Order: sequence, then structure tokens, then C-alpha cells
Amino acid sequence: MNYIRSQLNQLEAEAIFVMREVAAQFERPLLLCSGVRNCIGLVHLARRALWPGRIPLTLLHIDTGHNFQETLDFRDQLVESMEAKLLVRYVQDSIDQGRVVEEKGPRASRNVLQTVTLLDAVTELKADAAIGGARRDEEKARAKERFFSHRDRFGQWDPKNQRPELWNLFNGRKHQGEHFRVFPLSNWTEMDVWQYIRPADRPSVALFLPPPRRVRTRRDVAGCLPDYSADPWRTSPECDRSLSHHRRLDLYRRRGVDRRIR
Amino acid sequence: MTGSNQGAHSVANASHTTEALRGAPEPTTEHHKLDLLRFTTAGSVDDGKSTLIGRLLYDSKAILEDTWAAVERASNQRGDSYIDLALLTDGLRAEREQGITIDVAYRYFTTPKRKFIIADCPGHEQYTRNMATGASTSNLAIILIDARRGVVTQSKRHGFIASLLQIPHLLVAGNKMDLVDYDETVYQSIMDEYRAFASKLAVQDVVYIPISALRGDNVVNKTDAMPWYDGPTLMHHLENVNVTAGRNLIDFRFPIQMAIRPHQNFRGFAGQIASGSIRPGEEVVVLPSGKVSAVRSIVTYDGDVEEAIAGDSVVLTLEDEIDVSRGDMIARRHNLPQAADQFECILCWMGEEPLNPQTGYVLQHTTRQVRAFVAELNYRIDIDTLHRVPAQTLHLNEIGRVKLATTQPLFYDPYSINRATGGFILIDPYTNNTVAAGIIRRKASELDEIVPPAAVVRKATNVTWEEAAIGRTVREERNGHKAAVLWFTGLSGSGKSTIARLLEQRLFSLGCQTFFLDGDNVRHGLNGDLGFSAEDRKENIRRVAEVARLAFEHGDLTICTFISPFREDRAFARSLVEEGRFVEIYVRCSMDTVKSRDPKGLYVRAERGEIPEFTGVSSPYEEPVTPELILDTDILNPEESVGRIVAALRSLGLLSHDL
Repeated sequence: MNYIRSQLNQLEAEAIFVMREVAAQFERPLLLCSGVRNCIGLVHLARRALWPGRIPLTLLHIDTGHNFQETLDFRDQLVESMEAKLLVRYVQDSIDQGRVVEEKGPRASRNVLQTVTLLDAVTELKADAAIGGARRDEEKARAKERFFSHRDRFGQWDPKNQRPELWNLFNGRKHQGEHFRVFPLSNWTEMDVWQYIRPADRPSVALFLPPPRRVRTRRDVAGCLPDYSADPWRTSPECDRSLSHHRRLDLYRRRGVDRRIR
Repeated sequence: MTGSNQGAHSVANASHTTEALRGAPEPTTEHHKLDLLRFTTAGSVDDGKSTLIGRLLYDSKAILEDTWAAVERASNQRGDSYIDLALLTDGLRAEREQGITIDVAYRYFTTPKRKFIIADCPGHEQYTRNMATGASTSNLAIILIDARRGVVTQSKRHGFIASLLQIPHLLVAGNKMDLVDYDETVYQSIMDEYRAFASKLAVQDVVYIPISALRGDNVVNKTDAMPWYDGPTLMHHLENVNVTAGRNLIDFRFPIQMAIRPHQNFRGFAGQIASGSIRPGEEVVVLPSGKVSAVRSIVTYDGDVEEAIAGDSVVLTLEDEIDVSRGDMIARRHNLPQAADQFECILCWMGEEPLNPQTGYVLQHTTRQVRAFVAELNYRIDIDTLHRVPAQTLHLNEIGRVKLATTQPLFYDPYSINRATGGFILIDPYTNNTVAAGIIRRKASELDEIVPPAAVVRKATNVTWEEAAIGRTVREERNGHKAAVLWFTGLSGSGKSTIARLLEQRLFSLGCQTFFLDGDNVRHGLNGDLGFSAEDRKENIRRVAEVARLAFEHGDLTICTFISPFREDRAFARSLVEEGRFVEIYVRCSMDTVKSRDPKGLYVRAERGEIPEFTGVSSPYEEPVTPELILDTDILNPEESVGRIVAALRSLGLLSHDL
């Protein structure tokens, strides 16, 4: 018997443990799912965690309206295959209701706006936990994020109120109206996610190896072009055509395509 | 490495990168075989910790192009002649200005051999809280010492907390060697000083490496600047250190997270195996109900498996319909955890509000939550001097020893044996904040359950105890250590005598007064008239226990190695010396191992029926319920065992930390 486990096995076991802690400690957890890469990982992990039971979570997609058609198709396919329940809430609705104001300018993004839509959804659905796919390796600021990240009654992250996490003891106790963001993939790196959801195991990922997309480079940041036509990047003359994957599809304009230094 | 070199490195080869990304999702088998090392780095603002981490990330190519570009820009703006690797991780200054809590930050990098998770603990502020948090999941701690400044208080603090949290490996890096002209004598004198300190810690493996994080000497690449050093580079050590150390693969413990019942015909229990391993068919007990069953199957999404080990997240099904729910624990029938509702613990206080002995707390242990309160605060540990200080309460970042009481019993192992079932957190029930981390040393009030036999009937009634002219305490003062009885128990061939002899040599070399009582030897004279019946065994133990008591009163560390299979007899030996001075050391190993060792051919003969009443074969061995120490000689070698005993003697306060 081999007593060494590969790092992916260990990360998977850890994420499954966290998923089950959510299922056990919370009453109405949501799984944030927009169909992008981390979320594929999350949904698969949720299924593995509760196997042979079904996923009792509700999947929630906050739709910014800035989508790649493939991700939407993929999302629907995934939900169907899991027999899970999907709810969609639209940032556009929040804008129309005057809850948020759309950013202006060439770097405008709806990424910040979706927080409001998400919080409204959390309140509406009385959710006490929202599972997300964020990882600590994404940026400096995330390096200190907890697995169980506490949010107060107003959905705010209070640095003073973040709890130390020792061993694998996750404290999900909370007062009425508060909720947690839970990040089972905290310890994964981007490469881990890629390897975990590699096409051999997870056919659905083939969508992330799309036909070549148009990529443009601006201030040394390359980005894929989205499908919706209003995006000013699309019409930019600086576009060139090459093949690329995204670090985070939903942040395509901010972060661009990964290029690892050599 | 010079600035221009680094600059050249930062220019990415775009087409190459695109190729790499296109290939990324393809399965690469090498990556799937990678294992994982979690380690902490501790240090203060100026000792080069951020630079070291930056160097590890940079040299292992874990940095994205845009991140690197930002660091380059920042360095250029400051007019530095080199790229400041510390900028890759250093957010401390900004955080302090913004009033953000200083916290553990996690970093990641991968080499062709391993994936690494760094728990990067800021050393200066909140160090206890952060070190303890980072250490709780780590297998190795890097302690950085600035070669110009030498060993400072903080270097010792970090070592102490690493040892308290039982990190199996310590790596002491003498950094900034370039600033002391790579001088061997400077390095050696620092390391000698730290070595002297580290010998008092419960860490078994300590490695010392001279480096310059800034210049990259001995970090990833071996340097020419220090030809006098022929050890491994820091990265080489990280890549090759044994990651299974510190993992308990013996004692099967399975805390239940939740029951899974998709339909009437399936009833499984989900959890992550805390320690040990399990196979279908093995007999198990569900705690606290005590119901016995056997494992029917080990279920995973990928199908049933034949064995699962510590760290695996699985679902177990049982042969019998037993009510099992979250917080219960499944263990092997012949290897149960201990159960208690009063514990001697070490607490690291992490709450803004100090410990309130009048308040109840919620204690979270494995997947269980119970109410708990602090029954007694014994003392606080001054972590700069390691001295015990009387205390009324514990404040943020203080460490103390307490007696804790819970409203329901916990199923636990001492933290020294099992990190997964010996650690817990305390939660303030009003704020819901996590206010303390705790480690269980052992059950409080050991003798409650094991009643010593009625006092031995004394045949001579007109004898009075003669007070020694020189009392024990006076002797202890001169000896510089406390007197105690170290009672080794375990099967024949488990390694008692080997370890005990080595221990005596070690204690002797530390300048201790020792006395050795060996099972075989006393049977030649003192107990030559006794056989191996239960009755004679009892008399055998009674006599040696009395001798041990005399040696104890003489101020000696009295080492006794006796199979002593019966609990009652050992409890008697314990009852002869004052509380806290009897150290029961259970030398444990599997029957297969003792048979394979069998130095005197005894098991072979016993199995042939040539030796009647042979412990483990034809006579029972009653395992100790709450020994001070368990040594698993299946996995520990004699040197490691001795290290654990010495550490235990120190933590029990029998040996001072200076010795």
C-alpha cells in the first residue's frame, strides 16, 4: 500500500472536507457558479463530497451580461447533468433598479457591481453560506483570505472579525442575518485547477479549449474578446488573433491572459 | 545574482508562454505524482523573510508576468540597482497603514518534485497567534536568523511555538551571509548558540543552512562563496525532507462530518480520516455509543476502495444499522482514543478579550462542539524565557497551561501522539469568534478510574518510616532536576530496554542522577523466587515498585523496564510516589513486529507452548489507559523515542529547559 498521496489528491480531500463542513454547518448554502473554470472544479467537488447523495445546494449565477456564449451553454449543460437547481440574478436588473451605477470609460467593468447583485440575492434567498471558487494565489490581497470568510449583517468583510483557522477546525458560528463566503479551493493554484479539470477526466472542459479567439494586447495585458458586441475592445484595431486561455474569464478586461515569466 | 540578470529574466518569451498555456490542460503525469509540503516561515521585518520567499517564488517560476512587471516598476521607481524580491509578497507596510490586521499569508510554488504551501507568518506583531495558526498545518518551519545580528529572542520564540505545535522538522537558515563576508566562524557561533537552545525543544529534526536570500546563495543553487559548507541547499532540503513524519498512520480515527442517506438502501458516514488507516471487514466501535460493527465498504465517487488512510475524504458504510451522526467518531475496536471530560491543556490565547475563567466557551474538537470552561489556570509561559509565570488570566498572544472541563466527554489522543485528535479551538459563544487554540496534553486527575489495590498488608507492624537525614528536595536541588519514576511498560521485544538504556546514557550525559531497574536483572536476585503467574507477577512488581520508591526518595530519575502487563500493578507502582512524578511510558508496537524481533527466541518458544503464561501469547497484556507517553516503536527508532521522552520530561517540569 502506498502511503503517499499526490498533492492533487490532498487538495481534493481538503476541498471535499470543506464542502461537507458547509453542508453540515449551514442551512441554506449557495454555490456561486458562472460556469468558469473554478466553478467547474467546485461543482465536481460538491458532487464528490456528497456522493452518492445528490447536491443539495442551490447554484447561483450572478450574470454580468458580459459573457462568452460557450460559458452560458456550458453552465446550463452542467446544471442539467447534475440535476441541480440553478438561479440566475442579473447585474442589469440591479442597474435598472438603480441599485448600482454602471462604470464609464475604457476600463469599465461590471465586476464590482456584481457584489451588490450577489448580496441582494443572498438576502432574498436567506442564504447563510455562499461557496466561491476564489484562490489565495490569485493576488496578494487574497493570500490571507480564510476558508470560512465571515460577512456581517450588511454583507461586509470586517478584517477585525476574521477568525484564525487552525488545523482543519472551521468555525461557522454566526448571528442571525450574517453569512459566510466559503472557498474550498483556497490552497489550489491555477495550475492545480487546470490539472484537476483536465479534459480526459472532465469532458465538459473542452469548451475551455476553444477555437482561437481574438486577443488584443493593451498596456502589455492581453485579453480575449467577449461575444457581446457593445464592448469597445471588439472594434479596436489593435486586435490580433492567437490562442489563449483566461486566468479568470469574468475578469478578462482587468487581468488579461496569463503569461508566466521565464 | 545581479540586477541586470534579473531584468533579463523578466522578459518573457511570449510565444513560448502561449505554447505552455495551450498545453496546460493536458494531463501531465509528473504533476500528478507530486507530493505536498506545507511549511511556515517566521521572522521579523528586517531579517529577509520576504526576500527569501520572493526568491523561492522567483526561482521556481511561480510569478506571473504582470506581477513581475509591477515589481520591476516599483524597484525602478525607488532607484534600486536590483529588483527587490521582497516586493513580491511584502504587503505589510501598506497593511499597517490601512489598519488591516496582520495575518498569516499563504503562498504557493511548485518544483518538478513537490508542491509547496508557505504559511508566511509575520514575526513581529501578533506572532504567537500567527505562528500557531501557520504551524498548526505545517510539517516544517523555516527560522531565519540575520547573520549580522545573531540569535535574537524572536528566533527562540519561533522555535518554541514550532515545538509546541509539534512541527516535525525545523530548518534554521543563517541569512545575509553575504553581509558577513561568508565567514564560517560567524555562522558557526550563531548556529552553536541556536543548537544549544534547540536541544531543549521537542523537535527531532533540525537542519542548519547558511544562505543569502538576496543573492540566492544556497537557496536554490549551491554557491561558490561558502566552500566550507557541504550540506544541501535550502530548496534541496525542502524537496527531499520526509513529508510523512508527523503523520500518524497507526491509530485509526474517523470523525463523522455528516451522514449520507440518498435512499433507503444506502446509509454512509462521510468524513476525512484523521489518522491511521482502515479496510473493509475491520471491526470498529462508534463513539460515544460504544456500539460495535464492522466496515462494510469504503465509498468514493470513483468507486469503492480497498484501503483508506489518514487525510483521505471518504464515506464508510457499516455492517450493522447503527445510529451515527455528526460529531461521533469511529475507531478500531482494539485501538480506541482516550475519553475524558477534564484535560490538562496548553492554550494559545487569540481573542481581543482576555480569558474569562467565569465564562463558558464552546470547544470545537474534530467535528464536535461541546461547552467547556477553564477550571484552573496553572500558569502562563513566558515565551521569551520559557519560564512559568503565575497568572490570573491570559491575554491576546499569551500561552498558558490550564485544566479544562467539558460538559460531555471528548474522544481524543494526546497532541504529542496525534495532532488531528489532540488539537481544539475555543469559541466565544457571544461574539462567535475563535478566541483560543488548545492542545491536549492528557486527561486531568489520572487516578480517578484506576483504583490502586488496597494497601499491601504489612506483616511487620512495629516498623516506622525513618526520615532520611538528607531529604529528597535537598537532593533535587543539588542534582538540578526533579526525582521521578520512569516506568516503561510493553510487550517483550517492544524495545523497552533498548530505549531505556539509551535514555539513561542521555540523562547521564546531561548530568542527571539515574537509577536503572531492569526486569530480567531483578529476577536473578531480588525476585529470584518468583515465577510468572499473575500472583507472582504482582509480587514482582510490588517489590520493584518499592525499590523504585526508595531510589525516588534518593532524588534519582529511576528508570524501570518491566513488561508489567496488569493495570492494577502499574497503578500500585504509581501510587507509591507523589502525583506528577510517575511517568508511565507505554512502548507500543504490533505483535508482528515483536515476533519478528524476538531477540531471545521467546515468542517462538511460547507459541510452541514451551513458556507458559507468556504475555501477548498465553497471558494478556492490558494496555495503559492514560500513560504519560506512548512510543510507537513500529515507526520511531530508539533515538527518536529518547528524544520524545526527554521532551516529555521537560514539559512535565521534571527536567529544566536549561539542562
